[in-house]
Amino acid sequence: MLGFLIRRIIQSVFVMLAVALIAFMMFRFMGDPVNSMVAETATTEERDAVRERLGLDQPLYVQYGRFVARAATGDFGLSWRNARPVSTLLAERFPATAELVLVAAGLSLVLGIPLGILTALRPHSFSTQALQLMSLVGISLPTFVTGILLILVFSVWLGWLPSFGRGTVVDVGWWSTGFLTLSGLKALILPSVMLCLFQLTLIMRLVRAEMMEVLRTDYIKFAKARGLTNRSIHFHHALKNTLIPVITIFGLQLGGLIAFAIITETVFQWPGMGALFIQAVSFGDVPVMAAYLVLVSLIFVIINTTVDLLYAVLDPRLRVEGARAAH
Amino acid sequence: MTDTTQIKTTPSALTRLWNSDVAWNFRRSWTARISSVLILILFAAALFAPLLATQNPYDISQLFLLDSELPPAWIEGGDPRYFLGTDEQARDLYSSILYGLRLSLIVGFASVALAAVVGISLGLLGGFVGGMVDGAIMRVADILLSFPAILVALLVNGIARGVLPPERHADAAIWVLILAIGLTNWVQYARTVRGSTMVERQKEYVQAARINGVSGMGIMLHHILPNVLGPVLVIATINLGMAVLTEATLSFLGVGMPATQPSLGTLIRIGNEYLFSGIWWVVIFPSVVLVALVLAVNLLGDWLRDALNPKLR
Amino acid sequence: MLRHLMMTAAAATLFATGASAETLRFATARDVYGLDPHAVTDSFTNIFTHHLYEPLVRYDADLKIEPALATSWEVIEPTRVRFTLREGVTFHGGEAFGADDVQVSLMRAVDPKSPLRGNLPGLKAVEIVDDLTVDLILEGPTPLLNNYLTNIFILDKGWLEANNAVAPIDASQGEEGYTTNNANGTGPFKLESRRPDALNVLVANDAWWDTPVHNLTRIEHTPIGSDATRVAALLSGEIDLIEPAPLQDANRIEAADGVRMLQNPGLRSIMMGINMGDSLVDGNVDGNPLKDIRVRQALYHAINMDLIRDRIMRGKSRVTGSLIAPEVNGYTEAMDARLPYDPERAKALLAEAGYPNGFAFNLNCPNDRYVNDEGICQAMAAMLAQAGLEPRLVTEPRQMHFQKVDNRQVDVFMLGWATLPMLDGFSVLSAMLATPGGEYGTFTPAGYSNPRVDELTKAVATEVDPEKRNAMMIEALMLAKDDIAWLPLHQQPLSWAARDTVEVPQAADDLVRLWYARVTK
Repeated sequence: MLGFLIRRIIQSVFVMLAVALIAFMMFRFMGDPVNSMVAETATTEERDAVRERLGLDQPLYVQYGRFVARAATGDFGLSWRNARPVSTLLAERFPATAELVLVAAGLSLVLGIPLGILTALRPHSFSTQALQLMSLVGISLPTFVTGILLILVFSVWLGWLPSFGRGTVVDVGWWSTGFLTLSGLKALILPSVMLCLFQLTLIMRLVRAEMMEVLRTDYIKFAKARGLTNRSIHFHHALKNTLIPVITIFGLQLGGLIAFAIITETVFQWPGMGALFIQAVSFGDVPVMAAYLVLVSLIFVIINTTVDLLYAVLDPRLRVEGARAAH
Repeated sequence: MTDTTQIKTTPSALTRLWNSDVAWNFRRSWTARISSVLILILFAAALFAPLLATQNPYDISQLFLLDSELPPAWIEGGDPRYFLGTDEQARDLYSSILYGLRLSLIVGFASVALAAVVGISLGLLGGFVGGMVDGAIMRVADILLSFPAILVALLVNGIARGVLPPERHADAAIWVLILAIGLTNWVQYARTVRGSTMVERQKEYVQAARINGVSGMGIMLHHILPNVLGPVLVIATINLGMAVLTEATLSFLGVGMPATQPSLGTLIRIGNEYLFSGIWWVVIFPSVVLVALVLAVNLLGDWLRDALNPKLR
Repeated sequence: MLRHLMMTAAAATLFATGASAETLRFATARDVYGLDPHAVTDSFTNIFTHHLYEPLVRYDADLKIEPALATSWEVIEPTRVRFTLREGVTFHGGEAFGADDVQVSLMRAVDPKSPLRGNLPGLKAVEIVDDLTVDLILEGPTPLLNNYLTNIFILDKGWLEANNAVAPIDASQGEEGYTTNNANGTGPFKLESRRPDALNVLVANDAWWDTPVHNLTRIEHTPIGSDATRVAALLSGEIDLIEPAPLQDANRIEAADGVRMLQNPGLRSIMMGINMGDSLVDGNVDGNPLKDIRVRQALYHAINMDLIRDRIMRGKSRVTGSLIAPEVNGYTEAMDARLPYDPERAKALLAEAGYPNGFAFNLNCPNDRYVNDEGICQAMAAMLAQAGLEPRLVTEPRQMHFQKVDNRQVDVFMLGWATLPMLDGFSVLSAMLATPGGEYGTFTPAGYSNPRVDELTKAVATEVDPEKRNAMMIEALMLAKDDIAWLPLHQQPLSWAARDTVEVPQAADDLVRLWYARVTK
């Protein structure tokens, strides 16, 4: 178990170093960093001085090392677009994305699992067929079209919910939250619904598939033979075993939520990290792009490692078998 | 003298195809038939766009600002010359959709082709050569897989934009898109082909070819490749839907096709800004076409996967 | 604007005592760079500190100069101007206002280390004549002296000395001092509290020397960086007034209950500069067709600005033939006349000039600087194409666009000019029409040089008599108008948004003067 943990951590470190390498290459070879730091009228001597100060005359591996060291403390320099420190920008935007992703993830679980169970228990009912069809359409519908439709119906026509922004946010320490105001909560509804839909259909299908397979297993048949109630069978035995792969897949897909948040934030003008990243891509703002890349990779790596660990903890077979290959 | 030799006729390839399992499955499945009809219509529309369009949306001298923001022809205020209405720069929506569909499909196909070529090559290489090369390729594939496709596509896009000077962005947009989407999607091909390659590699005919002096490349291309094309086709079809969706998403986010050469995603982005002004047609019609395209491709892909899946026969 | 002012005046007489507690919650895109009025040349910081501090003379809501801390002025000699100061004015801390405060403040502003020294050019010294009279000693005749003085605010000498703040600080270099977060002025509002990047609270100054038009007791200013969040805060009722309101949300805001857009044509005139150098940057013919005035007239005739105003600007811009807005000194109605939209005439002129099949050239525009800049240029490109030309549209972020303009790497390019803070046509003459040299001609299009315009420009710089000066300015501007060095388009609209209960005049310089604001029930 410990060996497994150590191996995974080493693997994660390698992945982070690789990502940091890509980020470093972006910094080094895209655009001229000196240009963005000096006035246009700077002389050659002034530029050389800046070059030396930035360490650009050192060998590449030294520069890479210093880059990693600074990145580890969260220093990515100044944004090329508005000259503010990148870490400040990301810190400002992080709560917005985090709240959105958390609510969407929660929604997808809270709705996905029951719906999945429903479709598994009643495979031929009308509601199941309808849900199946809707989930197929859901996968084909571009997420941004869904968002636009939601805005059209609930904001333009019905006027019930706001179509953009976070509403009023309250500062709790350095975290700005929308949970504490009514307008903040209302503003959360449409974006989180849009964001959770893909995840929702995925979980629904997964729970259905897993549960149906579990229901066919021998030990469930034995339980039925022993006369346990359906309720006990379904929720006590079947569900527990269904949930293990669901939880792991859910964890792995959390990363996808963070990425899809980019689209949601664009549609709803939600002031999060994703919107910041898009602006950076559009402008060619390398520091912000690199910082976002490293931050998001870190989140993914942490999530993946945690999920793998959780899987090992939850599945008793794994503890006996020993280490399991990465997903 | 009469010719009494038995004339053996082998059925033509087409007849064999018609009588095969796959075709039988096709004729029975209504989703397959509907989706293929839809796809054919959309492909034809895209192919014959210059003939079908009433206006060349790339020729600015055909844009008359006086005709901007007209509703569809069947609504009061509409103009029969602009069947589906116009946007704020007086571009005809019907023509823009045709050309946009064309762009979306070109990017979709090209990126799938790129992903397939890269993926198949790497898969063949890894599976056949094995060892460290295989290990390296699989490592990279694993890392790539752990990131959502959209993020990787955005990153490649961002790097390309940073490297190219701004004047070239619009012209290069289509190539950057193809590259970005293609580079994210090769992993599935690589894995499938690698698996098949490793299986085939053990077989006798491969060893025989080796003894005969056939080069490794020759073996890969002539012997192994034809055997893996089935699953590759399934992956490609499903991938096409995803590629079109990814392109639309990137264009919607503003980092795809520019407004001067709009794809369906770009049109939706432009239309989105006017949602509250009551100019709904600029958003709705391209969305409908996009959804129809992706749905049809996905349905066909789903059916194809089930039809070609030996386990389900 | 005038209508707003009249309404507020009427309301003021109705509620003469107006002693109710009215709070105005105000949100902008960013915070001020500190409260020191001499620390940075930023128009937003400047107008914010104008609520706390005051100049000798100030702009009213119609952008006319009127007495503030000075009641009158007299040119004793060409280099000596005598200002009579207002009696009975006190600072927020209770200190009396007098000549020594003016001397310390003005010299602080023009100190070599002060960022504002360029805003009051030519001031050599301030002499105290008596407690309510000062003489400003100048380098030479300075006709725009009062315009410059509207930006220079007066602080209390004793307060500065007691807090070690007499030396100026430079906020753009990150310098901070006592004056960054503390204020002691003579203005209509006092500082209650300041949390940088979070909240500034001002309360009404009951001891203000002027009669308030406003009925505010309290102003809460919050910077909200995200456009969408700012608009959302307005719609949800948390904020009463926002500046700026993004134009793409105009329809959302108008459609919502209880809030409205404030959109009026502003000072910023948008125009297209024309490359008259020897060759086009990116053309397909020999030489430069744009050098021929008939070709420039053809471009002018090809564009239908009324249609652009209606369709692209939603009726909110003011189509103009002038390079300066009506509120700017030096404007006459004759300047506003445009060459009419006439594509046939355009084609005829092109043929006459020897280009019956048109020619290619670059149409350079920013896409994130002016209101609907990209949309305007797209529409113009289509119109130019219909006249037979081949414009190549290049739209890019402002940094790149203006870099190209600086380096004259453009053919037909977009530029906006507000003449702030001078509000005088001289700004256009010196920066955009004079032949480049020294401090003149920063933006003058390549190849344009009119000796008579240059002559007039230099004369206007030093002519103190307003009538003679204006006459020369008008002559120069009309000459340049006939030269078509610039193709005028329109004055672009300002864009604020407010709750229906808020009355505030929207002056053409886009600056929010809350001492004219009223909150009604």
